[in-house]
Amino acid sequence: MKAALALLAAACVFPLAMHGLDQHFYIGFGARVLIYAMAAASLNLVLGYGGMVSFGHAAFFGAGAYVTGILAAEGLRSAWIAWPAAVAVAALAALVIGAISLRTRGVYFIMITLAFAQMMYYVFVSLKAYGGDDGLSLPGRSTLGFGLELKNPLTWYYVVLVLVVASLYLLHRIVHSRFGRVIQAIRENETRAEAIGYPVYRYKLACFVVSGAIAGLAGALIANQSSYVGPGLLHWVQSGTLMIMVILGGVGRFWGGPIGALVLLTLEETISGSDWLGPYALHWQLPVGVILLAIVLYAPQGIAGAIRKRRHA
Amino acid sequence: MSTILLLEQTLNGVQFGLMLFLLAAGLTLVFGIMDMINLAHGSLYMIGAYLMASIAGVTGSFWVALPLALVATALVGVALEVTILRRLYERDHMTQVLATFALILIANEVVRLIWGSQPIMLNGPAGLAGPVELPGGIQYASYRLAIIGVGLLVAVLLYLLVTKTRVGMLVRAGASNREMAVAMGVDIRRLFTAVFAIGAALCGLAGAMLGPILAVQVGMGENILILAFVVIVIGGIGSIRGAFVGALLVGLVDTMGRALLPLFFATLFPPMVASNLGPSLSAILIYVLMATVLFFRPQGLFPARG
Repeated sequence: MKAALALLAAACVFPLAMHGLDQHFYIGFGARVLIYAMAAASLNLVLGYGGMVSFGHAAFFGAGAYVTGILAAEGLRSAWIAWPAAVAVAALAALVIGAISLRTRGVYFIMITLAFAQMMYYVFVSLKAYGGDDGLSLPGRSTLGFGLELKNPLTWYYVVLVLVVASLYLLHRIVHSRFGRVIQAIRENETRAEAIGYPVYRYKLACFVVSGAIAGLAGALIANQSSYVGPGLLHWVQSGTLMIMVILGGVGRFWGGPIGALVLLTLEETISGSDWLGPYALHWQLPVGVILLAIVLYAPQGIAGAIRKRRHA
Repeated sequence: MSTILLLEQTLNGVQFGLMLFLLAAGLTLVFGIMDMINLAHGSLYMIGAYLMASIAGVTGSFWVALPLALVATALVGVALEVTILRRLYERDHMTQVLATFALILIANEVVRLIWGSQPIMLNGPAGLAGPVELPGGIQYASYRLAIIGVGLLVAVLLYLLVTKTRVGMLVRAGASNREMAVAMGVDIRRLFTAVFAIGAALCGLAGAMLGPILAVQVGMGENILILAFVVIVIGGIGSIRGAFVGALLVGLVDTMGRALLPLFFATLFPPMVASNLGPSLSAILIYVLMATVLFFRPQGLFPARG
């Protein structure tokens, strides 16, 4: 709890400090980290708590982004309509995909969720009316009213922060609710949970839908963040990246998703933007790959797990 | 729409399917025996294509370079297996995904450092540059026919290897029940290094053969990797026969879908709708195929585990 408050305080102060230092770029970067933290945390709900290894989470993230993008292209830019619509569409997609995929187990579940995400990827690639392969540039960020101008980096950052904190709070409540306990019980022993009398399939599906819905909101935000949506948001590499964030941070640890997002994006940003590497900074993926590999081999529980272990040692 | 077009597309589909089979065969064995998700399999395919391009540039001959590239790719594969992948077998699927995803990043950047970011050219063998006339008056690229020939040859060799040799017997034993195979005294570590070497060589072969048709570039492994996964899931993980059937199915459905669906829709819908619907539906066809197969046969068409 203390750590969470400290983190929140840091997240609140960060943009002001950057503003003071005249480093406006990093305010945008901070917002991006927050958005990915939300997406990764939503994936952690199914992956870590539900034990469902979904390799198609980008489908919901991308669906939310595209809903926002397409509505904006059609002239509908109110956040009060576009963002709930993004959440609703992503939830619906999760309902359909989950209903079919959850009939399979193990590796087959990984692959079928991947297949559905790839289907959606190709649908958007061939959607010529909305940019197809090239994607779609948004005319601007959504409008929020109340005199809040989302174009302003600071305003945007804090709006994102409020939504991320709200969704993390929601996830925290879910994980520690009766529903969350059942989900974790199913992860530990599905047969036993079924024998006790829980409708396992329905619980898993509900968990999948909630996770998809939150990913949809993150998608709506990322569309605003870069004022652009492209099929790359739904590509399997995007699903992989979200998964990497969760695994990196710690699967099934509450802060796993946010920590993983922060670490991975910071790593990317530091290495790709560093001067001392000169032209080799272009090859930032190489050191990132090596570091990821080292973490797998030497910190099997992820970063959150390693911190916890240290504390308890 | 003519029979010629249909035949031509069927051949293209078979050719693509056979190349997918080369990738899927190694992947399905690794997956089936060691229960290991290896995303870096596509990287071996890319490395094979690059090695082929370099070796062909030095030797000046496609057919001399081909076996050398295969051996080189197999060596890269073995090095990878011995140093890193071997430590991942006992870990869970998510860890394997993370580690092999990291390997993709590393492989892509190493290739970029060595060969640069621009796609490089790989010329097919000089003798097979032109088209050849098939019975029925179809003009078909002779190189593509050669690909079909090589693919079929490898499929037959692999079939013989798996069903008629001692190594093949061990591989089948490992795929159907690993614990039992270990209990019966099979040295699964050595067996797996061997399987991995064969898988890598097959990747190299696919990369080398497809190089002249597709561009040799960084990231070429990522998309085909997913197709290979689709193939082995349709076929049933661990089954070479399943990989073969699945690969041909995916190759044919994908190629035919892309060629024929737009034509088909053009007769049903106004051109505006057809030009949008055709390509998008044909691109998702194989994923629909996979979802359908899994829906009715959750273990794939030819489950390896009895």
